[in-house]
Amino acid sequence: MTDNPVVLRARGIDKSYGGVHALADADLEIRAGEVHCLAGANGSGKSTLIKILSGVEAPDRGEIEIAGTVTSKLSVVGSISHGIQVIYQDLSLFPNLTVAENVAMTTRVAGRARIISITAARELTLTVMKRLELDIDPDALLEELSVAQRQLVAICRAIANDVRVLFMDEPTTALTWNEVGTLFQVVSALKADGVAIVFVSHKTEEVFALSDRITVLRNGKVVAVGGVAEFDRDSLVEALIGRQELEERIVSSDVHDSPVLEVNSISAPGLFAEISFTAHAGEIIGLTGLMGSGRSEVADAIFGIIPFTSGRVAVDGHDIRSGDVASAISAGIAYVPSDRLTQGIFLDQAISRNLVASSISSLANKLGWLRPKAIRAGVDKLIDELSLKVGSPDDPVSSLSGGNQQRVVIGKWLATNPRVLVLNGPTVGVDIGSKAAILQILREKAAQGITVLLISDDVPELVSVCHRVLVVRRGRLVDEIASQNVTVEAVRERSIA
Amino acid sequence: MSVLTRTPQFHIARLRGRNNEGVLLGIIALLLLLIAMFSPGTLSPAMFADILRSSVVNMALALGVLLIIISGGIDVSFTAIAIFAAYSTVVLMRSIGLDNGILPFLAAAVIGALLGIINAVLVAGFKLQTLIATLGSQGIVRGALLAFVGSVYISSLPSALAQIGDARLTTIGGSAVSVLVIPVILLAVGLAVVLRKTMFGRSIYAIGGAPESARRAGIRVGRVQTVIYIAAGALSGFAGMVHVALVGHASPFELVGTELTVIAAVVIGGASDAGGRGSVQGVALGVVLLALIQNSLVRLGVPGFWHTAVVGVVILLGVAIQAQSRRRRSKRSTILESAVTA
Ligand SMILES: Nc1ncnc2c1ncn2[C@@H]1O[C@H](COP(=O)(O)OP(=O)(O)OP(=O)(O)O)[C@@H](O)[C@H]1O
Ligand SMILES: [Mg+2]
Repeated sequence: MTDNPVVLRARGIDKSYGGVHALADADLEIRAGEVHCLAGANGSGKSTLIKILSGVEAPDRGEIEIAGTVTSKLSVVGSISHGIQVIYQDLSLFPNLTVAENVAMTTRVAGRARIISITAARELTLTVMKRLELDIDPDALLEELSVAQRQLVAICRAIANDVRVLFMDEPTTALTWNEVGTLFQVVSALKADGVAIVFVSHKTEEVFALSDRITVLRNGKVVAVGGVAEFDRDSLVEALIGRQELEERIVSSDVHDSPVLEVNSISAPGLFAEISFTAHAGEIIGLTGLMGSGRSEVADAIFGIIPFTSGRVAVDGHDIRSGDVASAISAGIAYVPSDRLTQGIFLDQAISRNLVASSISSLANKLGWLRPKAIRAGVDKLIDELSLKVGSPDDPVSSLSGGNQQRVVIGKWLATNPRVLVLNGPTVGVDIGSKAAILQILREKAAQGITVLLISDDVPELVSVCHRVLVVRRGRLVDEIASQNVTVEAVRERSIA
Repeated sequence: MSVLTRTPQFHIARLRGRNNEGVLLGIIALLLLLIAMFSPGTLSPAMFADILRSSVVNMALALGVLLIIISGGIDVSFTAIAIFAAYSTVVLMRSIGLDNGILPFLAAAVIGALLGIINAVLVAGFKLQTLIATLGSQGIVRGALLAFVGSVYISSLPSALAQIGDARLTTIGGSAVSVLVIPVILLAVGLAVVLRKTMFGRSIYAIGGAPESARRAGIRVGRVQTVIYIAAGALSGFAGMVHVALVGHASPFELVGTELTVIAAVVIGGASDAGGRGSVQGVALGVVLLALIQNSLVRLGVPGFWHTAVVGVVILLGVAIQAQSRRRRSKRSTILESAVTA
């Protein structure tokens, strides 16, 4: 592997956005047939480096060597015709076009097509989908699809091309284990064909399972490069965040006996049936299961986004009306949705505004006037707690790196003091260091007596904070793992089974 | 996954059409039914001929506006461009003594295209917001027309041009249908094909839907914008000349002020104000619907100033229907996601 020819090389790349130095003298060397992991904390410059290598952004300094030629800037079409394909972190698809047209778009551009054929696009899509064992209607509009399906479409689009270097910027954040498995198979097949694959992931297990070589970025600089054998979990984490971070189970023993959230045999036809559990003050309950098992829908129903047809949900003994978000909020439920980038954030608005959007009423005085000083202090505290990498709190959220955007949404809800805090996949796309920080905040919230419901398929995370873990399968609650039994092995075994 | 099993909702969605074309057709049918019920006399072949006549110019203008709205922009300069192109062509013809039936249409289209370059430079070059850019160019073009070309009313057109304007394709119920319907239909069909079947057409939708994604997919956003603003200019110029030929005189004060009607037709025809959506079929239905409404208002004896208000209401309705169907689409996405469970 290590003596395969280099297909793409970046040398001394520098890039600044205003005052933010995103990349500083970064080097990257990609060899044919390798799976190369680009690792780094949120905001370390991974996506920026990828955009520079795909011609989307121009570097301030440095050179790029591809297919024997050296250049200071690639064009998008140039990079595509050199066989570079990217699955962008934000997917960069077209919501208003059909799945087939999305998949065919880059192929058409690269082939300099003038007349297009819908039939050909559909056939191309079906062929690629067959390879990935997928079944998505090629005639559906992209905006009708779930986030997971969109991610799959982006993957299809990339491999529909004649690809030599495939960049995948966190391609699995919304996928189920099944789909990740198929993606891994496709990756090995591409690799066997000599395709170089560069992927970004914050999941250490994924990194070790997939990669041949690893390049670690920290604050825009390359701090470690090497074959996967030269790293272990600890040294990788050390390189990523400059310190150790253990994922150990820390749960407090003082859970109150008083029930706070009572979910009594709720059903929604076709989604889930007869879900019952009770959560107590100060308790952190994990809700897991494969994606599509109904775990997200249960959370949606508790918050009133999806109506339930029978059963009841109550907070402190007060019933919540089915399908009524307002009554859930007034009962004291706060919800961090899974589709954060479309549901939880105002991308063009300032970071500070987004952060206080949910807690704004607590920052006003009795007359309803906002207190700017209190707001500023609240914002600074959150930025600090979440260690957000921001230029200025007044910059728009869209200028943040993907993981920092996620953290803004989470921070917005952590600033509130609800009775019940429901979080759907809160640490997806968040780096190890910040993940630990978020989990610690959850523990603190629980210690204040707040009930936390954590929906996640990140097993180590569940084990690290949850008192109990509930498993949903095919829309039913099939298992409850009590505190003394919560281990990584137990949760993994019972949720996949 | 159950997306491939076609549910009743799916068929309803197909009937409704991607851009609500089905809904529009339904509304037109309903309106005709109402007219037939309450005033049977009006529903005559002559009324269709009237509607066709009042739709020709609007349709030609709407085609250009459609291009720009699909790309995610908005154009308010097209009527100014139309009348500038047509009026100065007539002035030019008179001053050099040219008398021809076809050339003036081509000349007006060329002048329109040249004026479209102004918008292209502002939008693709200076990256101005399209509303601001076209508001500016509207002012420039109108000012230039009155200052440099003239402001006099020209009551008689060169004879070959006047003849084309009077030439009838056929008569329906005693009302004439102009031959100029033909080129407009040809342009509409041509544009429909370009939008559906060419990479250029699909790029316009791509840019309107997600400009940054378009750039990342290798689409030359600036170039596509340049071409559509020039094409829209050419279509406006041509439409201006059709207007002049049909009314039989040239006045620099006409057309300007009808932007609202044309934009309304495009928007209720399913082109989204947010971009990335819209079709020629939808626009045709939108134009006809508006013409039908205005025609009925006239027949009902509703004073003219109410017409503008009605057009405003129609725009709002169109936008509301769009917002509604956007919401429906995103709802469908949760249903699709949950179908995975079953
Ligand atoms: N368009 C932009 N405008 C301003 N700042 C930007 C822009 N794009 C990126 N940055 C900044 O550059 C830095 C690197 O961002 P980048 O997106 O490359 O991080 P990343 O490593 O991909 O992080 P993540 O894991 O969160 O996706 C961040 O501090 C970010 O705020
Ligand atoms: Mg990133």
